[in-house]
Amino acid sequence: MENTNFLYELLGKNALSITLIVTLPLVFVLIYALIAILAELKVSAWIQERLGPMRTGPWGILQPIAEVVKLLQKEDITPDKANKLLYNLAPFVMFTGAYAAFAVIPFSERFVPADINVGLFYVFAIGSVGSLGIVMGGWASNNKYSLMGAMRSVAQIISYEIPAAMAILSIVVLASSMNLQEINSAQSGWFWNWYLFGGPGTIGKWWVIPFTVILAMIYFISSLAETNRVPFDIPEGESELVAGFHTEYGGIKFAMFFFAEYANMFVVAAILTTIFLGGWNSPFGDLMQGPIWGVFWFIFKGFLVVLVQIWIRWTLPRFRVDQLMYLGWKILLPISFVCFMAISLYVMLK
Amino acid sequence: MSEKKRIELEYSQLDSERMRINVGPQHPSTHGVLRLEVEVDGEIVTEVVPHMGYLHRSFEKYCEQLTYLQVIPYIDRMDYIAAINNEWTYVLGMEKLLGIKVPEKVEYMRVIMAELNRIANHQIAVATFGLDAGAFTPFLFFFRDRELIIWILEKLSGARLLYNYLRVGGLAADVYPGFKEDCLNVVKQVRKTNAEIMDLLINNKIFIQRSANVGILPADVAINYGCSGPVLRGSGVKYDLRKDEPYSIYDRFDFDIPVGKGEVGVIGDCWNRNIVRVYEMEESCRIIEQAVAQMPMEGDVKAMVPKKIKPPVGEVYFRAENPKGDLGFYIVSNGTDKPERIKARGTSFVNLSVLPEISQGYMFADLILILGSIDIVLGEVDR
Repeated sequence: MENTNFLYELLGKNALSITLIVTLPLVFVLIYALIAILAELKVSAWIQERLGPMRTGPWGILQPIAEVVKLLQKEDITPDKANKLLYNLAPFVMFTGAYAAFAVIPFSERFVPADINVGLFYVFAIGSVGSLGIVMGGWASNNKYSLMGAMRSVAQIISYEIPAAMAILSIVVLASSMNLQEINSAQSGWFWNWYLFGGPGTIGKWWVIPFTVILAMIYFISSLAETNRVPFDIPEGESELVAGFHTEYGGIKFAMFFFAEYANMFVVAAILTTIFLGGWNSPFGDLMQGPIWGVFWFIFKGFLVVLVQIWIRWTLPRFRVDQLMYLGWKILLPISFVCFMAISLYVMLK
Repeated sequence: MSEKKRIELEYSQLDSERMRINVGPQHPSTHGVLRLEVEVDGEIVTEVVPHMGYLHRSFEKYCEQLTYLQVIPYIDRMDYIAAINNEWTYVLGMEKLLGIKVPEKVEYMRVIMAELNRIANHQIAVATFGLDAGAFTPFLFFFRDRELIIWILEKLSGARLLYNYLRVGGLAADVYPGFKEDCLNVVKQVRKTNAEIMDLLINNKIFIQRSANVGILPADVAINYGCSGPVLRGSGVKYDLRKDEPYSIYDRFDFDIPVGKGEVGVIGDCWNRNIVRVYEMEESCRIIEQAVAQMPMEGDVKAMVPKKIKPPVGEVYFRAENPKGDLGFYIVSNGTDKPERIKARGTSFVNLSVLPEISQGYMFADLILILGSIDIVLGEVDR
């Protein structure tokens, strides 16, 4: 497979370029997390007819920095009876699980850290590491409410991984590849070639368009459940007992959980963008297409999805635990199976 | 004491799977300081014991040493969300004891303010109910509209929440010019927001799933426990003191009594109690419009206020329709200018007593919603 990374071409394949490849997405994720925090505060305020933070910097744009500084300067507490190793490791495990998925996500046609042929498979495997971090945090806190919150969270995440995986698998069938870069390249051209609208193809694809649209929605809903966002935020639900699995965390460890949640949000948004919305392709065909434009389009679309996630959070009420599980197992799963079979049938007959 | 014995007995026979959890005294919602001792079997609630008294301020004892005029700020602070209705009930009781008939203007003013407070109270009730279900935005929409009402009352009385405005025989201060326009403004805004909230919250599928068929209160149980207000009307019982025992000038207005009809869910569940409150806001808007149209602007609001309140020896029990239900005052006078005893029949106190009955068998998340749908304010529960 061609080496699709401009850093390798520039600097050769040595320690320096590999380090750069690893740290560039990290820098991006950290900067994005700051912007996402500000976006959450401001968008939620505008939806609720308030202004949000206005005093930290002009129009409040320095608010995320203020928040990070506040979290960093807090006292680092470990509860007395907590399991020290697991307690300290949990936030970093969760962040690792979120960040490791960036290894295969293409930012542009010339930048993907690891161009592997089983990219999507890897993404789903590594996503479960995040839920491992949650269970560690809940268990090691030595707090029965944290444990309850952690258990619910994990049950929710693994239940919704299946409809998400079915949605992605259907597109894999359509694209005949698990390589994210290839899936992305296949959607070049204008927005009608996106897999949301059935992928590249002409008349025949009208049969699959309803199914791909439904699958995109299923994946989006499952992604809300994966990241513990409303309407699926029972693990953090404030009107329940306490704050869920990160009750006993403060200071930099809480900041890590916080960052991990926002990183997770972008990961699922990035996958939705790559698979369904054309990734780094421009929606106008050849206009504004290119390696550098690719980065812009990718980040733009990913951020739009994140904005929709934020929008939904402040609009809808939350589900009860049993209703949540009912939705995942009895409604989303059968529908995604039906769509998967329909798309497989279409590909077979094509 | 017998309650303690019952709990000890329970502990000795405690099934090892059941867990006793403490909820409160501080809640994330604005219910106040209430402690609920909940016994859960997994997720299912098997028993709820409310412990109150965290906000007890000995009002009734205090009132025995104050004059009838000085009592009014204390009456405010019982149901601090809709203070005018508290004052009005007390003042109506006193006026019955003294045999005072207030001028027309005062009557209309009182009705308008009481209905404005009713809207304000229901706004908070529906907003916090949505907050308990996880919807953050309706809370802010309602509070934005509530500010309009509070500004009117601030212009009238000087205070935003605890007014000390009604007097035995009249009001403390006159109405300001522009009062009628402000009231009609409020009515317009309330109607607009209500329409928005119907879409955003009330008819939202997730909200319906959370609140319909939850906390079902049968009508006979509600009557036996002495519930009143939206809790009773949500169960289908059409009983409202403004129509069934009309006081003041309510018989001049044309309004309906909304009752839970089971449009969604079952009659007597949380959704129906909630929708009764939303419909009552609309009815209050109608009353305000009619009152504003009929109200005379001339007249002295202090014309019938006696210089010194020294009622004859006797007692009176007066009850009126608070936004939360049936509020009653039992005033005993011994001939001096200080009351012998003032007893308040707190609406929320009686409504809260039905909580253990209707929350058994539901999940823990539903318990929070049921508590929100009863709409208590701890100032009234504890006094």
